[in-house]
Amino acid sequence: MAQNSQAAPRRRMSKLQRKNTLIAYSFLAPNFIGFIIITMAPILFSIVLSFINWNGGVLENMSWAGLDNFREIFTNFNFKRSDLGITLKNTVLYALATVPLTIVFALSFAMLLNKAVKGASFFRFVFFFPYVASIVAVCACWNYLLMKYGIVNTFLNSIGFNFTKSWTQSRSLAMWALIIVAVWRGAGYYMIMYIAGLQNIPNELYEAATVDGAKAFQKFWKITLPMLTPTTFFVTIMTTIQCFKVFDTVVLMTEGGPGRATKMLVNYIFDLSFNQIKYGVASAVAMVLFVVVLLITIFQFRAEKKWVNYF
Amino acid sequence: MTTISLTQKRYKTKAGRIVTETLKILFLLFFLVLALLPFVWMLSASLKLDKDVFRYPIEWIPSVRHWENYVEIWQQVPLLTYFKNTALLSIGVTVMQILTSSFAAYAFAKMQFRGRDVLFLCYIGTIAIPWQVYMLPQFIMMRYMGLYDTLLALLVLQSFSAFGVFLMRQFFLSVPSELCEAARIDGLSEYGIWARIMLPLSKPAIATLIIFTFVGTWNDFMGPLIYLRSDSVKTIQVGLRRFIQEYSSEFNLIMAASLCSIIPVAIVFLFMQRYFIEGIATTGIKG
Repeated sequence: MAQNSQAAPRRRMSKLQRKNTLIAYSFLAPNFIGFIIITMAPILFSIVLSFINWNGGVLENMSWAGLDNFREIFTNFNFKRSDLGITLKNTVLYALATVPLTIVFALSFAMLLNKAVKGASFFRFVFFFPYVASIVAVCACWNYLLMKYGIVNTFLNSIGFNFTKSWTQSRSLAMWALIIVAVWRGAGYYMIMYIAGLQNIPNELYEAATVDGAKAFQKFWKITLPMLTPTTFFVTIMTTIQCFKVFDTVVLMTEGGPGRATKMLVNYIFDLSFNQIKYGVASAVAMVLFVVVLLITIFQFRAEKKWVNYF
Repeated sequence: MTTISLTQKRYKTKAGRIVTETLKILFLLFFLVLALLPFVWMLSASLKLDKDVFRYPIEWIPSVRHWENYVEIWQQVPLLTYFKNTALLSIGVTVMQILTSSFAAYAFAKMQFRGRDVLFLCYIGTIAIPWQVYMLPQFIMMRYMGLYDTLLALLVLQSFSAFGVFLMRQFFLSVPSELCEAARIDGLSEYGIWARIMLPLSKPAIATLIIFTFVGTWNDFMGPLIYLRSDSVKTIQVGLRRFIQEYSSEFNLIMAASLCSIIPVAIVFLFMQRYFIEGIATTGIKG
């Protein structure tokens, strides 16, 4: 009797569970099937492809390459001549300038707009707008602004400098052109995150500091910055990954030039994939991109404990 | 009361306070000019003759405004086709994303089944992998499916985003489970709960997803660059690029077309700004 009454509900439960699981899968199915085909399969395929020799055409043209693709991109690897070395170096330099500059501007905007300013929402809209404005239009415009006789050079020359070249065609300035546009577009986006972060800082901290006679600068250094480290940590990871994926502005402004001065990792992958049609080599470079992004993220998470405060 | 006295203490004199406030406003105005300058220049150049675009000193408000530039661009290139394609694609992707994402998110947030957490981790993991890592195999697959040079390719590509599932799940989690339980007891099926309770309650999340997806698809450049060759299927971004390459010296027309390409996103952004900002703030905090 007792056994029966225990067993029966359990069997019924498992039947119900099975039904529930089926319903749950039916909810997942539309997204999951697409996700498997469109995302998961290509990710696995790209790993396989990096060990395969295939220069386009029918599937029969494929042959096993072992490590040949990686050998090809890593032979004579250096930062002056080999394609991988140059693009890797360019991408890292670009990130090293873009990430801190974006953070400085984003934080400044947020600080200026955090306390009630007249028209704060208007300013927020304007600072954010470059991020949503279409990239092709924006790059076309910046190209003109940074031209030989563009408004930027004209202004700089009027205050005593001597700029005689289009930024996008100058070996020393082309990278800066890309950095300027990246910071100009990104600062408003990360400003929003910093505003959210600032609003999470309890007001009591500032009040206590005021009672203790702290100056505004001290409050910023001892309260605001430490309290914002979680936001800064997140923004750093996001901007860094964003920098390693840079492609659009390069194509639209410098085309990787002059020479290979601004060619980035993704441009290299794109070039190998769709212009040179070296699928295997392209996938090997894609693996390098993946590993680099992964390593940076892991490194940042390990460094997190040293400087991020969670209160 | 205390805050008022503290504020007064912080600024020792009224003059000091005025100085800080003025400095703040000046900084804001300076950044405002930097943020807006390209757009103002764009508008100004689009109303000039091409030979006057680079004439100095700059005439910010042209004395003769050539509005006919805005008529001419539509005749020079099939701009209208580009616009139609982009609108079609953006709307299609947005609808698909909301349907599939909210459907999957419901299972992840409100249902119990085996392998749920592992599967969800799998989804989150792929968000971290740059698309550029697997764009080539994806392209090869799509070409084999005969989707090269079709808008359908881009629709398929962007309809099943892991990010959408993540965003919707986070929101669904905040809806009390008791609501679902009560509805189950009242005999509503899971699909009914999804349609009648979860969706109506998650309007802010849907709005966020709409604006992210719409703006993302509208401004996507690399996808269309890889997939679209024929003029008849091009989106505004690659279409605009073709225009720039072909009419490279007609700065005024290029700027007019550029400005037109920004307007639809600007309108959407203007009206749904709040959701965009909330969305960024929540994804940022939850990380």
